[in-house]
Amino acid sequence: MMSDVMDIKYAVAATFSSAKEIYDAAGKVKEKGYTHWECFSPIPVHGLDGQMGYPRSKVPRFTLAGGVTGFLTGMLIVWFMNEFDYPLIVGGKPYFSPIYPFPVFYELTILFAAFGTLFGMFFLNRLPRHNHPVFEHPDFGRTGDDKYMIVIEVEDPQFDEEETSQFLTSLGGQSVQVIREPID
Amino acid sequence: MSEVKEASENEILKKIDPAPWKEVPLVLNNRSYKWVTDKICGIVESKTPTWWWWCFITALCIASFTGMGLVYLVSTGVGVWGNNNPVNWGWAIVNFVFWIGIGHAGTLISAVLCLLKQKWRTSINRASEAMTVFAVLCAGIFPLFHVGRVWFAWWLFPIPNANAIWPQFRSPLEWDVFAVSTYATVSILFWYMGMIPDMAVLRDRAKETWRKYFYGFFAMGWRNANNHWRNFEMAYLLLAGLSTPLVLSVHTIVSFDFAVANLPGWHTTIFPPYFVAGAIFSGFGMVLTLLLPVRAVFGLRDLITQKHIDNMCMITLATGSLVGYAYAMEFFIAWYGANSYEGFAFINRAFGNYWWSYWIMVSCNVICPQLFWFKKIRENTPLVWIISIFVNVGMWFERFVIANTTLSRDFLPSSWGYYSPTVVDIFTFFGTFGFFSVLFLLFLRFLPLMPMCEVKSVMPQADPHSDH
Repeated sequence: MMSDVMDIKYAVAATFSSAKEIYDAAGKVKEKGYTHWECFSPIPVHGLDGQMGYPRSKVPRFTLAGGVTGFLTGMLIVWFMNEFDYPLIVGGKPYFSPIYPFPVFYELTILFAAFGTLFGMFFLNRLPRHNHPVFEHPDFGRTGDDKYMIVIEVEDPQFDEEETSQFLTSLGGQSVQVIREPID
Repeated sequence: MSEVKEASENEILKKIDPAPWKEVPLVLNNRSYKWVTDKICGIVESKTPTWWWWCFITALCIASFTGMGLVYLVSTGVGVWGNNNPVNWGWAIVNFVFWIGIGHAGTLISAVLCLLKQKWRTSINRASEAMTVFAVLCAGIFPLFHVGRVWFAWWLFPIPNANAIWPQFRSPLEWDVFAVSTYATVSILFWYMGMIPDMAVLRDRAKETWRKYFYGFFAMGWRNANNHWRNFEMAYLLLAGLSTPLVLSVHTIVSFDFAVANLPGWHTTIFPPYFVAGAIFSGFGMVLTLLLPVRAVFGLRDLITQKHIDNMCMITLATGSLVGYAYAMEFFIAWYGANSYEGFAFINRAFGNYWWSYWIMVSCNVICPQLFWFKKIRENTPLVWIISIFVNVGMWFERFVIANTTLSRDFLPSSWGYYSPTVVDIFTFFGTFGFFSVLFLLFLRFLPLMPMCEVKSVMPQADPHSDH
């Protein structure tokens, strides 16, 4: 028998079977005023961000920061190595110029911007995170296959197990069920 | 306001009754999402087929030739290659440019076609990106060992060493170090990031413990949440945007290895665009060479359709014609420029000591792909595969022609020479095909060879406004 202390509810989940269904349902969940909820889908459903009221992704900021860092790093290493630390005379060209090492800082700009993009995506998605209550849902694996899911968390101020479950059923959600926090 | 406009547009559409635009579906036979998942995951999850083991063992044996060649080279010295004076760059540079060029089609498919919203790219982009990564690894071997004392190759990177000397950033070879290492790194990042959602699917389906850990580790805890997708799509688009200037720059910088040198036949401004077109051409040749057998073996005809083959053939045709135009333009400028050395270099290319390699190049690169004008030929898959092999051969010879005709016949007849590869050259190059195949076979066995989420995104079910 599980004790009550161990039995922590995380959310109520309902599955949907098409992109259209979850698109329409998401709009209604948003309208109802829920704030702590999430949609799960095998594909990035076009327009679902708008339905859920998400703002534009912030990944480009990380890309820009990476790109600027790469550009400055490229300029700095060329200046430091060929002009400052060990001046090299080659073909009568200047010790430092922003022209001849163009490929160097061009490539470094792209390299650092790419790292910024990937790690920015990880950071904004709070990944890596190998444990999450939604993994406890018996049908979670299907969201990578052909099912769609709406999960409304207990944290939500409007959450009421009975009412929220009924609401999800009324939206056409199937197999509405409670997800519990994993027990160690 | 916009609603009013939309309504009036609908009225107009009703009145004029436009003919329905018949688009060829990207996934044939009205397949379901589940079918796609089962198909792609099934390739990885099923028992290892016998043919795979045979191919793998053969590939390993072929790869050992590179091993033998390199062990002999390192233990003896770089003189065991056929390089001589004046041909200081022999097969090493030819093989390097050949492999790096092959990589370019993968990035073109994954990045440039993504920006151009070419939806057909989805089913071929993962395997092409894998090809890019493995081809760049093969390419790296040659300049790495050509430096002679390979254990000092790290001096190419701006790392402090005991001599207190830094790299010389005015050299195109140093630019290459940055271009190629960035290209390899960004290609791996892009390839890996695209695989994260698919790794999560494999993780959630996994039954064996090692699979759960392996795919679970690389999936990084991906949850298919819309918030994840939102950042993922943005990051994907940005990486595509970054890879596009990158891929154009890489072969441009590779062409600088030649174009910056003051040698007739090399010192031309046409080199960067001509090299990039050639790289895409050779890369699509290799994509066809790899994917047509994969399609047949795994029964992927519904996913890699005739439309995909048509498109790939047409890109091969277009870039092959561009390359042919560049060959012609080189000759024209050599004549029009009225430089006797330049003029000689090109006459010598076509009719001199390496005339045979020039005509192999022209027939494989310019004449062969012209067959793709014909629908009948594009629909004959075995023939397309054979032509793709010719493209690969032709593009190897292109680099051979560029590097060797010029070096073997430079300004003074007293310094002319002839270059032939040694058995060590041949072993090392031959083995890279095995090395490449080993990696590609491992990829087919353990990683999802198509981006499931992207393929599903271009199916009719993905449209949130239709009743599929």
